[in-house]
Amino acid sequence: MSIMALTPPPIPRDGPLLRVDRLRQWFSSGGFMSPRLTVRAVEDVTFEIGRGEILGLVGESGSGKSTLGRAVLRVTDLTDGRVVFDGQDVSTLSKRQLRPLRARMQMIFQDPFASLNPRMTVGQIVGAPLRIQNPGISRSEVEARVGDALRTVGLADSHAERYPHEFSGGQRQRIGIARAFVLAPDFLVADEPVSALDVSIQAQVVNLLMEIKRKLDLTILFISHDLAVVGHVCDRVAVMYLGRIVEIADTRTLFRNPRHPYTEALFSAVPVADPSRRRQRILLKGDLPSPLAPPSGCAFRTRCRYAIPACAEAVPPLAHIGGGHQKACIRDDLALQPAC
Amino acid sequence: MSSATVAAAVLPNRRLAGTSPRSRAWGRFKRHRLAMFGSGVILVLVFAVIFGPMILPFDPLHIDLRHRFAPPPGNGHLFGTDQLGRDLLVRLLMAGRISLTIGFMAMVVSTLIGTSVGVTAGYYGGLVGTVLMRIVDAVLCFPSVFLLLALAAFIKPSILTITLIIAATGWMEVARVVQAQIKALRHRDFILAAEMLGASGRYVMTRELLPNAAGPIIVAATLTVARAILAEAYVSFLGYGIQAPTASWGNMLNNAQQYLNSAPWLAIFPGLMITLAVTSFNFIGDGLRDALDARMDLT
Ligand SMILES: Nc1ncnc2c1ncn2[C@@H]1O[C@H](COP(=O)(O)OP(=O)(O)OP(=O)(O)O)[C@@H](O)[C@H]1O
Ligand code: SF4
Ligand SMILES: [Mg+2]
Repeated sequence: MSIMALTPPPIPRDGPLLRVDRLRQWFSSGGFMSPRLTVRAVEDVTFEIGRGEILGLVGESGSGKSTLGRAVLRVTDLTDGRVVFDGQDVSTLSKRQLRPLRARMQMIFQDPFASLNPRMTVGQIVGAPLRIQNPGISRSEVEARVGDALRTVGLADSHAERYPHEFSGGQRQRIGIARAFVLAPDFLVADEPVSALDVSIQAQVVNLLMEIKRKLDLTILFISHDLAVVGHVCDRVAVMYLGRIVEIADTRTLFRNPRHPYTEALFSAVPVADPSRRRQRILLKGDLPSPLAPPSGCAFRTRCRYAIPACAEAVPPLAHIGGGHQKACIRDDLALQPAC
Repeated sequence: MSSATVAAAVLPNRRLAGTSPRSRAWGRFKRHRLAMFGSGVILVLVFAVIFGPMILPFDPLHIDLRHRFAPPPGNGHLFGTDQLGRDLLVRLLMAGRISLTIGFMAMVVSTLIGTSVGVTAGYYGGLVGTVLMRIVDAVLCFPSVFLLLALAAFIKPSILTITLIIAATGWMEVARVVQAQIKALRHRDFILAAEMLGASGRYVMTRELLPNAAGPIIVAATLTVARAILAEAYVSFLGYGIQAPTASWGNMLNNAQQYLNSAPWLAIFPGLMITLAVTSFNFIGDGLRDALDARMDLT
């Protein structure tokens, strides 16, 4: 039995698989005695992911990528806004109501060491989704499907009896991928799936992900700060800054014709192999402002080299500029450097 | 992601074939001399206490006034006799049955209570966690000897009630240790992964979290046995615990007070037994702490 056989026949439906509408995810701390602080980790985010599409999500550390990924999977209770999964509004569903949907949405984690329970064998880890989702499942079926999943990710059946500590980082990440795919989901959030791995094995793991994506016709939200990987695998890319999406476009358009100064700055930070085409490096001045007290108006204005006084007045809306390209910058007169 | 984990991630496959966390822990425990010594002592004690009274030719309750205060080793009484001429060794072993039973049972009860409270507080956190841990703190603030005696003064002493009283004053340490461990693991990605699958709170607590707290729980439980044996001795010594003619190490000590000058062995032997049992359990606890050190397995 291959992993293909586990895939339910695709139900032809219209519209995007995932629709996110003015999503807010705030975290409050303090309270009773201390002043209440609110981190606006995700603020007013709207986007869609089409069926079978890979949407990249890039941005500096702390920009809210992981929080957004977790929010769309409803790991957290949303502060505001809507998440619509395959036509169903999941924004306010309870844990219990979400349970059957969980089989269709999965996650791959960044840290292959923290994401596997050290006290469970690989077989128990990869089998857990099957047992949790179908409590009556037989032992032999779990074993068979775990074996399939392990072979699909390039491991052997016999690895099921081992513990995570016996594996290398790359192998652990394969185990995490097997766990995510054993239920044959439709949607996957891959939160920096290779950034903790050695460069030499990153490509293998990305290729494995893409292979499984094609087999299962998956839709993926691919979080990464590696623009080279994003440019390679993603159909579209969203750029996030301080909790907001500031630009979104199909990959080729975004790389060739970035329209937001932050996107340009991100691209310029990537080293170019060919010295004859060396770009001017645009250094981002200072640190990411605190999400506790974001700047007024355009949140990027404290570091933007094109900022004008008007930028402080209102938050620029994420506006369509044609061809599915959207940007949140009030200046249309800029000639920005492309990535390639 | 720390640089250490990054480094570990890129190491070539460190394959330690077939080494479960358990077998590696046993390897570490074996190297701990005092813990191995303690385990040996406890093993011998348990066997002696179970089989000794069957083998020895004396009845622990048989009064023999002609052979009162026989100093050891005399007349076949290896450890001497007491003020009623009863064989001290057989009485020590019978008392050991009571004291060790109370020690183990109190450990089981306090570990169950402490683990439940600790896991619940650590998993839910927030208000539930705060309230539970405040209760733990409040009970801890109360001097446990005082609590022990206050309870013992009101409740008719029997093996069961003494066990429960000792357990009631001994679960807080376990609760603290477990809560700290669960809280540290609560936000690990593997817990998120289980929640992402729609796992219930009970599943996450019992299947995912609890096995990772097994080490600290076992260590705390071992130390709790030592504490419970000492608590039983204390209460019985003060006369609120196990009542004559049933012997426990504590009430044997109580009884020996009057004869400290004339028959010191009556105090020395029960005292030695208590010390031996308590220190052995403490050694085992130390050994287990090193062997089961969570950091060694949790990368
Ligand atoms: N549970 C939480 N409670 C409070 N603040 C949080 C929580 N989770 C995230 N944050 C805050 O939200 C902001 C966004 O964090 P997030 O982890 O989503 O960023 P990220 O883009 O994934 O960064 P990285 O690239 O480092 O993974 C940060 O300021 C972070 O401190
Ligand atoms: S709105 Fe102003 S500050 Fe913001 S990115 Fe555009 S030019 Fe820069
Ligand atoms: Mg992140």
